[in-house]
Amino acid sequence: MKKLTNNLMAGAVALAFATAAVPAMAADSSEPIVIPTHNWSSQVVMAYVIGGIFENMGNNVEYVPADSQAVYEAIRNGDVTISHEVWQSSFGKSFYNAMAAGGVIDAGTHAAATLEEMGVPQHVIDNNLCPGLPNWEALKDCKDVFVTADSGGKGRWLEGPQSWHGDLMPERVDALGLGDDYVVTFAGGADALWAEVAASKKNNTGLIVFNWTPNFTDADGFVFIEFPEYTEGCRKADGGDGSCGSPKGWLKKAANYKMPKTHPAAYTAYSKLSFTTTQIGQMAALVDVDGMTHQDAATKWLADNESVWKPFTN
Amino acid sequence: MIKSFTQSKLQQFALLFIVFLALCWLVQKPEGYKYFVSAGGGNEESSNWLWRLPALLAWLPAWLADSINFVMFDWITIDVYNELLEDDEEISVVKEFTRSVSWAVLFFIQTIRELLVGGIKTIVTFTSWGFINENPWARLPGLPWTVVTGAAVLLGYNLGGRFLAILVGCALTYIALFGQWEPAMKTVSLVLVAASVSVVFGLFLGIAAYRSKAFEAFITPILGVAQTMPQFSYLIPMFVLFGLGDHAGALATIVFATPPMVRLTLLGLKSVSPEVVEAGLMSGCTRRQLMFRVMLPTARKNILIGVNQVIMGCLAMVVIASLIGATGIGDDLLKALNGLKLGKAFELGVCIVLIAITLDKLSLAWANKPIDYFADLSFSERHRNKFILLAILIGGVLLAFIGRYIFGDGINYFFIIETNKGISADKILDAGIDWFVTVLFEPLEVFKAWVFVDVLEPVRAAFRGMPVIATFVLVMGIGYIVGGIRSALVVGGYLLFIALSAWWDRALTTAYFVAIALVIAGSLGALIGILSAQNERATKVTLIVCDTLQTFPSFIYLIPAIMLFQVSNIAVLIAITPYAMIPAMRYTIEGLRNVSPALLDAGAMSGVNRMQRLLSIELPLAFPHIVLGINQTVMFALMMVIIGAMIGSTADLGELILGSLSDTKGIGNGIILGLCVAFIGLAIDHILNTWAKARKDALGLA
Repeated sequence: MKKLTNNLMAGAVALAFATAAVPAMAADSSEPIVIPTHNWSSQVVMAYVIGGIFENMGNNVEYVPADSQAVYEAIRNGDVTISHEVWQSSFGKSFYNAMAAGGVIDAGTHAAATLEEMGVPQHVIDNNLCPGLPNWEALKDCKDVFVTADSGGKGRWLEGPQSWHGDLMPERVDALGLGDDYVVTFAGGADALWAEVAASKKNNTGLIVFNWTPNFTDADGFVFIEFPEYTEGCRKADGGDGSCGSPKGWLKKAANYKMPKTHPAAYTAYSKLSFTTTQIGQMAALVDVDGMTHQDAATKWLADNESVWKPFTN
Repeated sequence: MIKSFTQSKLQQFALLFIVFLALCWLVQKPEGYKYFVSAGGGNEESSNWLWRLPALLAWLPAWLADSINFVMFDWITIDVYNELLEDDEEISVVKEFTRSVSWAVLFFIQTIRELLVGGIKTIVTFTSWGFINENPWARLPGLPWTVVTGAAVLLGYNLGGRFLAILVGCALTYIALFGQWEPAMKTVSLVLVAASVSVVFGLFLGIAAYRSKAFEAFITPILGVAQTMPQFSYLIPMFVLFGLGDHAGALATIVFATPPMVRLTLLGLKSVSPEVVEAGLMSGCTRRQLMFRVMLPTARKNILIGVNQVIMGCLAMVVIASLIGATGIGDDLLKALNGLKLGKAFELGVCIVLIAITLDKLSLAWANKPIDYFADLSFSERHRNKFILLAILIGGVLLAFIGRYIFGDGINYFFIIETNKGISADKILDAGIDWFVTVLFEPLEVFKAWVFVDVLEPVRAAFRGMPVIATFVLVMGIGYIVGGIRSALVVGGYLLFIALSAWWDRALTTAYFVAIALVIAGSLGALIGILSAQNERATKVTLIVCDTLQTFPSFIYLIPAIMLFQVSNIAVLIAITPYAMIPAMRYTIEGLRNVSPALLDAGAMSGVNRMQRLLSIELPLAFPHIVLGINQTVMFALMMVIIGAMIGSTADLGELILGSLSDTKGIGNGIILGLCVAFIGLAIDHILNTWAKARKDALGLA
């Protein structure tokens, strides 16, 4: 951590000479900005990237491991200052609930478009295990490919933990008329999802699993199933019949409502900050493909992409 | 006839079972009843109350959540002008109070942490962040790993001799060289603070319970609930009350680790012989002197075993506490697993186990070390350790400075090896795990399909298909036969709470996991116990295996299970079995080895052979103690089933408890679900304990 700070300090000094002085603004409080780390690589690397940018601007930063849903309540209470990856489909509801209760503000949207959806690993398509995929209607004729020992003769949809989307997937299975052929099983965590993906690839078996992009699985290939298009209010929770896929979602940034006052310069930079799908993919790949630590990945990314993040800071 | 019936428990049990089966047959599942209306919700409403009771307590979780949130944030508030916001800000007094507790806990953790690995927060506490910004030199440097390891080796040598010193030295060197020193020391700092607080609390509560019967009666059920409640269920309360971070993790750890300390303090004090107390009184001790100068030193061994239990409890929580912000090696392990970096996760798991073994052996050696009250030591003998420590410190620091020249800009192997920069075999391990899983895949698939279709699914269906009336008759009936009307009412009360919650179906599913785990782990454990008790050396080896398995934090057991069996009920059971086997093995051995030699001699004189001796003398006499082991097996299994929710596909109470972690409104759900799990445990505990006690009385063993 110290090394990262030192490197950034050196960079900052060099740049301060090279570029014009930062526009005058009320100084940021020296109290640390608290950044949460969750349990997927891109988020953790981005936490250190954003922390690095803040430190470069002379702020103090702290990192705290947090649950990705509960974090919004923590931001509301002021225990955490920001959350830099608000995925529409998974966290949109927690985010807006916290906003409605007061204390959380919307600090803008990343350029990256996201998708969180059921899909199949690349080999399922390559080896034509279920002809007709990724169109969802193909599922009607190949439930046997997705049967597991404990799925009771039905094809299995492996959903993330029940806390991620509640009953969304079971409702969708029923709404699409797949209820007789498919059953939804909830995994205990992301690790369980990847264990299943790895096992199915190794043994060339079928697997329908919840996944998202950008994610480190993009590198190995992953195909999302194309469900009927998402329209406003089509989900059962919103009054629809539930027979629709996930929206191409946004990736937002959240902050505690006090941040613009306590850290005006950092907040301005944070609200300008926007990463693309490719950039987020790069961050994840440094860890997941190249095997670097999260901190080192962030240091390297910051060093390699100064032209990307420098403009945010002034 | 009637008299013989009232005396024969076997006949009573048989009749009970017939009634139970008849009820199951009479009350069938209503047409169209689905076990789960929704993934997140509870039971489907059923108009047939014999099948499922109405969820009269369904309002409880939401009410609890609202109440806690009200007290926490809206109960007493004051408006304070905030200069930065240029506006009045509403501040909750209760929240300020809990946050100051957090602050104190965090301060101690950070101070120890920064002494070990360096940092700035301790200095910030006494100055300000602004001061740090202006004075970049203001930073605790941290100790070189060689100094900490040297000090631990010295401690090990003094407490347990050469063997312990070598063990401690190897463990810490491994951690340092594999580049896990910083996260490991972060974890150690949290464990040290949590353990100290638990020990002080535990001692205090134990003494209070010893002095006041009323307080003992008050605290005993609370301890029972605290020990059977799954750890997940009080994580969110800790998060809401104390905020996110190491302090919340530490406080949750304290809740988990304190109960055994209270129990062992109480046990220790109760077993102080009256002669000792008399002697103390005769020497004119005051009440306080009697307690602290006479009784506690006499109960020293039990109390130090309590300290050992506390430390083990704290380590069992390190991974789980990282779900609410505890940093360190547990957090790294979770992140490695979530990226499916199994080799890395394995290495981290080894580090946690090494920390656990080190702290376990050190604290046990302390407990077992006799105090030499009559030692007459010279000045140099008394202060020898301080001199050695000083020498280690100076030597280690010098070495670190020399290292700076040897290694230049690279990693200074003599100071602190940066995280993940040490040796690592994770690539090789990954390949090894990969190979292992590939080779085993085919046979495991066959095994999985068979076990699930022919064993698990029918049992699960049977459990879920029980009408509520049959469950009550069965459980309360057993309670009545074992412990009379009082026991029947106690276990009935526990069941009623669960039946009136919205989660009866899920509770039955949890019970199914526990039942299967009990059959496998209980019979395997008892069998291994019986076999190893036949031989002195086998006994020793098995007990060492038990000790070692027990130091593994429970989360570690999930890793191989998830690798081999992915997301399935079998993976959950595979994770539970080795853990739940430990008490069955241990208690069986203890029971068999403690059969009085006089009885065995008597048997030998009547000419019994080895088999007869085992079956007719040893086993019947040891059976009550073995049942206590089975009871512990149930408790271990119950705890592990809930942690098994992290694998997934359980569709039981644990799945919802894990889900409640992600939802701050889930605070009510978490607590009530936790109580449901605790009540399952307490009901079984009550029945088995009552039975074992009655049986021991009957055999004259108590």
